[in-house]
Amino acid sequence: MVQIALGSNILGANELLARKNRKLFEQDGTLVINLMSSPGAGKTTILERSLEGITGKLKIGVIEGDLYTDQDAQRIGKKGVEVVQINTEGTCHLDAGMVNKALERLPASDYQLVFIENVGNLVCPAEFDLGEDFRVVVFSVAEGNDKLLKYPLIFREARVILLNKIDLLAYTDFSLEKFQEDLAQINPSAIVFLVSGRTGEGVKEWTEWLLEEVSKKQNRF
Amino acid sequence: MHEVTLIEGVMNTVRASALEHDIVRITRVKLVIGKLSMALPDSLQFAFQVLGEQDDLFRGAQLEIEEQEIQCRCSDCQQEFVVDKDYRFVCNFCNGVNVEIIRGRELYIDHYEGDKN
Repeated sequence: MVQIALGSNILGANELLARKNRKLFEQDGTLVINLMSSPGAGKTTILERSLEGITGKLKIGVIEGDLYTDQDAQRIGKKGVEVVQINTEGTCHLDAGMVNKALERLPASDYQLVFIENVGNLVCPAEFDLGEDFRVVVFSVAEGNDKLLKYPLIFREARVILLNKIDLLAYTDFSLEKFQEDLAQINPSAIVFLVSGRTGEGVKEWTEWLLEEVSKKQNRF
Repeated sequence: MHEVTLIEGVMNTVRASALEHDIVRITRVKLVIGKLSMALPDSLQFAFQVLGEQDDLFRGAQLEIEEQEIQCRCSDCQQEFVVDKDYRFVCNFCNGVNVEIIRGRELYIDHYEGDKN
């Protein structure tokens, strides 16, 4: 019997590719955002709303991740940005390799801002570094307060939380106070914007913050 | 989570290493899984069993999983503490929230055992 010590990361291949992507994004100072949420929280609608406010101001590319269909890419394409659809065909998350491949069709150097819309899922996408600058989680009041503590990793690792469907607040049992209380214990440095994809409320505050982040990155590289 | 994919990754890594070391049969694989990684030990065991049965190299091998607690260090008072099941990243000593996760996200193959020809 022989024993072989390995100590190798199970997601090591992904991390290698994520580093490669990150290097690509740094070459031209492209800001890259990994947009994550559960299915139906409103990622695509918020993205549409966000694009409405900022297209024309800078060059934007979008990578759309879904299990099947190119419905989201079609919706986003109407906003006048370049979009590439990745169909994972059953895989529950995007990985760095898929993004690397998409970059062949959407060269990062052509854009100042790239959104990667991940597969709707609060579990697996949190494990996979895509090489992004930071993660944005769209969380909707319709999902209920308990999700924060049920899916701690994704909320812990988010730089920004877009609390969506805020127009429905009065019709749900969602408590903003409880949300803030829980978040203060899971991720106190997260930046929260209250938004509504349906009415557009709060989106301007979020995109203004985002544009500042784009210029910060441009200035760094 | 995607435990089957993870186990496929584990088997590929071990297979490549076994080939290098002329190992023809794997008897035991040990993983270390952080509790924040959200990979479920039971599902990993199940995937290992199912995939192992169909694989000459891994047939009959045991999977051992060591679960790693979520361990944090408080940036305010420098104390270390374990975060339990309620996932509140608050310092047990000073109630500070500037907390760094130092363990709990592990997902790695510690070692494996096997027989040479």
